[in-house]
Amino acid sequence: MSAVLEAKNLGKRFGAHWALRNCTFSLQAGQITALVGPNGSGKSTLLELAVGLLSPTEGSIEIFGSSPLKNPPDVLQRVGFTAQEHPLFGGFSVAEMLRFGKNLNPRWDDEFANARVAQLGLPLNKKIGKLSGGQRAQIALILSLAKRPDVVLLDEPVASFDPLARREFLQTLMVTAAETSASIVLSSHTLEDLERVCDSILVIADGTIQLIGEIESVLASHRYVVGPPEEEVLSSIVHTVISRSRTGRQVATLVNLEAPLVLGDSWSVYEPSLEDVILGYLERSRNNPIGITA
Amino acid sequence: MIEFFLDRRSGTSPYMQLVNQVRQALLLDRMRVGDQLPTIKTVVGHLAINPNTVQKAYRELERQGLIESTPGVGTFVKQSLAGPAVSVHPELRQSLAEWLERARDANLDDETIVALFESAMQATVAEERV
Repeated sequence: MSAVLEAKNLGKRFGAHWALRNCTFSLQAGQITALVGPNGSGKSTLLELAVGLLSPTEGSIEIFGSSPLKNPPDVLQRVGFTAQEHPLFGGFSVAEMLRFGKNLNPRWDDEFANARVAQLGLPLNKKIGKLSGGQRAQIALILSLAKRPDVVLLDEPVASFDPLARREFLQTLMVTAAETSASIVLSSHTLEDLERVCDSILVIADGTIQLIGEIESVLASHRYVVGPPEEEVLSSIVHTVISRSRTGRQVATLVNLEAPLVLGDSWSVYEPSLEDVILGYLERSRNNPIGITA
Repeated sequence: MIEFFLDRRSGTSPYMQLVNQVRQALLLDRMRVGDQLPTIKTVVGHLAINPNTVQKAYRELERQGLIESTPGVGTFVKQSLAGPAVSVHPELRQSLAEWLERARDANLDDETIVALFESAMQATVAEERV
């Protein structure tokens, strides 16, 4: 498999503040990846670096094997990007916005765009500025997808949606993924639905990568172990401790398994949910603000 | 045609939930040999779920020899899981329902009922092994 996105020691500094640092990762073709982290953790910066809206302070990022800053037309034709604020022309009607997309994008799929607009009942004559937030987000998504990109990058696409709009948005996205096998990266600060929609996660906090992997292997390699405090040290010798909490006579530890678990009878082992694992890593990064790159 | 559901609170992964739902439908004779399964795109549109997950579930069912995909035609049930005894299901279900009624009359809660069932099941399995 080839890499869609590949970052090497990528960093971006704004003034004295590093928004992103020491990021090394690669995302494979055909995958749907969630970029997860709290607000201000560097998710938008990473996506903007990926499409060449920002240039790196150090390191590099490549999309389809070339820098988004070089040969932009060749690269950007294959990339669909929707920024967080769904930038569209408020004075355009829906139909005009679609014509705009058609005239700017050589690979534009007019049939898809019109079918999707009709299916969602979006009024063609209405001005973009008069649509609801959810409708505007749908138009922005349709514009990104109708250019038939090989990779779609979406910054917080569902953050402000009501449940129905959220569902319709994800349906459009997933059906397109099924039709075109495009790779998708979507950032999110909410953890809802991730397992349903994504194959892989990239957890980012404080400008550094905390965890990256396929959801299935992430779940398989993490366990909660609960046992007596005096034996706590046993598990931390063999396994990486992600988070730990003490309550009275017991200590609960989220560990990344580096070897099979061998524990005494006084221990219980639980399988954490994806949300538990992600929160464990976010908690760890908050307690060690220097950041540990996984 | 089978309609899939996802239980968000269940600890089971979405992919396993799809596999289990097909297996259960086959066990209970709700799906039979030759029945068509929805296309991946249909399932994806219905559940707003990652297409790779549906593909993986279908591949797993294919690996188990239960379904078969023919490109351009569709995916069909190849083998049933319902035993020849499927005709006795209604009768067994009825007697189980009567047993459940007796258990509730005796003020047993659900947890105790499940515990009783499981311990009886384990005991009979152990007996068979002897």
